Amino acid sequence: MSTPAIAVENVTVHYGEVLALDKASLTLDHSRICGLVGMNGSGKSTLFKVIMGMVKPDSGRVLINGEPPMKMRKDAGIGYVPQSEDVDWAFPLSVRDVVMMGRYGHLGFTRRPRKADRDAVEHALERVELSEYADRQIGQLSGGQKKRAFVARGIAQGATMMLLDEPFAGVDKRSEATITRLLRELAEDGATILISTHDLHALPQLCDEAVLLMRKVLMHGSPDTVLQPENLAMAFGLDVMNRG
Amino acid sequence: MEFLLEPLTYDFMVRALATTAIAAVVCAVLSCWLVLIGWSLMGDAVSHAVLPGVVLAYIVGAPFALGALVFALIAVTLIGVVRNTSRVKEDAAIGIVFTSLFALGLVLISVTPSQTDLNHIIFGNLLGVSIPDLIQVVVLGVVAFAILILKRRDLTLYAFDPTHAHAIGLSPKRLGALLLGLLALTSVVALQTVGVVLVVAMLIIPGATAYLLTDRFSRMLVIAPVISVVCSVAGIYLSYYLDTASGAMVVLTQGVVFAGVYLFSPRQGLIGTRLAKARRKRSVATV
Repeated sequence: MSTPAIAVENVTVHYGEVLALDKASLTLDHSRICGLVGMNGSGKSTLFKVIMGMVKPDSGRVLINGEPPMKMRKDAGIGYVPQSEDVDWAFPLSVRDVVMMGRYGHLGFTRRPRKADRDAVEHALERVELSEYADRQIGQLSGGQKKRAFVARGIAQGATMMLLDEPFAGVDKRSEATITRLLRELAEDGATILISTHDLHALPQLCDEAVLLMRKVLMHGSPDTVLQPENLAMAFGLDVMNRG
Repeated sequence: MEFLLEPLTYDFMVRALATTAIAAVVCAVLSCWLVLIGWSLMGDAVSHAVLPGVVLAYIVGAPFALGALVFALIAVTLIGVVRNTSRVKEDAAIGIVFTSLFALGLVLISVTPSQTDLNHIIFGNLLGVSIPDLIQVVVLGVVAFAILILKRRDLTLYAFDPTHAHAIGLSPKRLGALLLGLLALTSVVALQTVGVVLVVAMLIIPGATAYLLTDRFSRMLVIAPVISVVCSVAGIYLSYYLDTASGAMVVLTQGVVFAGVYLFSPRQGLIGTRLAKARRKRSVATV
């Protein structure tokens, strides 16, 4: 068919002596939601950074829509939802301020927003059901609302590719359902979505496909196949589904 | 009225007040980002490390700002090198580099014969501001202020979420470098007022004070300079009437106001939040 949305080809990354990714390869088509499963230190974050062009691979390459990541970044096409631990929640910004940052890639030198940008922000807030909380300081949201605020930033941005780092950590069931529905809608509209997650139970409802990562791609298939206990054992070294 | 006007009959006091007000505004605006990124120690480092640059600039007759920028760059590079290529942690790397460069500056001062007392760079010489000094402060201050305000949204994005900045095609590295360059420039502006040793106070206290008063960054950018200017001018008047060191008095006033806000801010203050809670309880009780 056409060029894949994301093509990671034999990517190897070292941090000093530490091997973070070892000839990892992954192809993802448009409009697909892919779950990235692996232990801490399995290279999930590094894979995100390589896709965003923040880390240059020692060897191999990444193509987004058949072109280097730079092109997609300049078009403001990549939306990123960070892990909770990576965000300073005491930062003096309102929810609306944060969502507006999604528009910055489309704005001029001083990033002064125009009416179209404000409309895009309000629309994104509505879609994630946060309009009534728009003026709150971001730290004053619940865990699930915080995630939705960042998803709204990606929507306001018009991102055609979304990378989400542990979107379900510290999120209540209702927010999890809202986020899942939103991501499904975004995928139907053509966005390609890559999610790193520990929440294996959420995977089958959310994802079209799943990837098992342990510095290299061990397996890439339907969530049901990837979540087979013997496959998880390869990545985690134990039977996680039955733990506890 | 007489109390406020009398010092203004002296030209040196007018120049002192003008210099201080400009330095106070620029430092305060910059401080909003520094305290949020967690760069206070970096502010301390850069403001001290520019000393040898300023002295060398004086010796060769170059603009102070140029020397300061060069040495700020050297300091930041050295800190990065020491941190990344040895097991020494960042705070130690910062401490080693800035004190060494500061000491180099002191050594250079001690061997440089000059008519103007270079020691004024260390403690400031507010009451001896000449017209050329004032012009330099105005030019540098306006340049730094204009860049900070025009680029405020990018800088805030960089402070809050550099990964997103990168994802939408901006360069977090370049924004960080811009902020460090402005830090060096601003240090030169504030040198004149409070001297190398106390510059860091002007680069931290206003932002930290404003941060305790609001949940909006856009408001911090107004509150911090207003507080800073009021404190600085008040500090100079106090030093005039109490006959104390002017630079130190400016910093002391800022410190006292911070302490007041820290205790009594209705949002974040130690006592203020409790008072607000008690008031709410009482009003509930009367209903």
